Amino acid sequence: MKLLTIITESALEQDLLADAEALGAHGYTVTEAHGKGNRGVRSGSWTASSNIRVEIVCDPATAQAIAQHMQAKYYEDFAMILYLADVEVLRPQKF
Amino acid sequence: MLSTIDPVILFFVLGIVAGLARAELRLPAPIYEFLSFLLLLAIGLKGGVELAKQSLADLLPQILAVTVMGTLMPLLAFPVLLFLGRMKRADAASIAAHYGSVSVGTFAVAVAYLTNRDISFEEYMPLFVVVLEIPAIVVGVALAKGLSRDTQWKRMAHEVFLGKSIVLLVGGLLIGWAVGSEGVQPISPLFFDLFKGVLALFLLEMGLIAAAQLGSLRNHGLFLVAFGILMPVTGAVIGTGLAEVLDLSMGGTILLATLAASASYIAVPAAFRLIVPQANPTLSLTASLGITFPFNILAGIPLYHAMAAALPRFQGVL
Repeated sequence: MKLLTIITESALEQDLLADAEALGAHGYTVTEAHGKGNRGVRSGSWTASSNIRVEIVCDPATAQAIAQHMQAKYYEDFAMILYLADVEVLRPQKF
Repeated sequence: MLSTIDPVILFFVLGIVAGLARAELRLPAPIYEFLSFLLLLAIGLKGGVELAKQSLADLLPQILAVTVMGTLMPLLAFPVLLFLGRMKRADAASIAAHYGSVSVGTFAVAVAYLTNRDISFEEYMPLFVVVLEIPAIVVGVALAKGLSRDTQWKRMAHEVFLGKSIVLLVGGLLIGWAVGSEGVQPISPLFFDLFKGVLALFLLEMGLIAAAQLGSLRNHGLFLVAFGILMPVTGAVIGTGLAEVLDLSMGGTILLATLAASASYIAVPAAFRLIVPQANPTLSLTASLGITFPFNILAGIPLYHAMAAALPRFQGVL
């Protein structure tokens, strides 16, 4: 199982989650976030500067598909990073 | 002397100073959201109550005239940004849309300014806030992408009409219009009695946000500063002229000038981020929030007051 974590602008939330579901994610967890990257400080103090962190647990193929889609669609114009990690889950059939 | 200054302005100054000094001050984002919800609804409700007393047919020519102004303003700003400012097409279109649209916060401060000085105005003016928010976004997107098929018009309609500020303003207008002045009584302690206090807190946070935008000013230089001051003044002249044609009262003239001078920082950035993602939001927000918003709050509104007072038909009115 893979844990795919995406940190990006909260403006993208609806689009991004719809994409992830269309590509096979069975669920996701979204948290508010703030931080700093090469597009400057994203302080989270108001809508235009707030970030989200999206976590998706899924099989490796789905994780790759979502990751590639995000890179192609959003990396150029939006503040976004994503990373993959191996995780153990108790009920693999759930994901 | 200081007692003539509206206290809400001083809250804004406090926010800027605290922000520039990097004080440990941070309003949680949900509270900022809540305050802007209250302001948008209060302004909508107030306008709706007054709208119930007007015949819509009488207002139609004014609505049309204001829509035309909102459509033409971005067309005026765009070539200046593109050629004089040598900006990329997407950035020029985005900033033009910000300046064609309006700032509800600036409008609220102008209303407080007029109320403080007992200057009456057409109470249905919030209707013009709604009317002015929309056309600039459409024109701006058309400027950025052309009238091609791949512009996502359906997507844009969703962003424009279902954006936070439009939904709350229109919702407030409709509720106020439906229930009338008697009907809003039970909710008026929250929306009207607390208005100034809410506005003060909102402006404190806006000061902090504006100060944060000023940090990125160093990278974008003089053109943006000049544009952020000259564009609102130009807008105010146009707004004052239109108010003269529409024969608005002195207060109405000041408000229309302020609306024409103000630049959006809620509806337009949200819509452009998704529809024209190539446009750099730092540029447009630095101009509209870092320069134009403070300029209008601190110097613009009194200036537009003086402009209106100089009109021949208001001679002797004060």
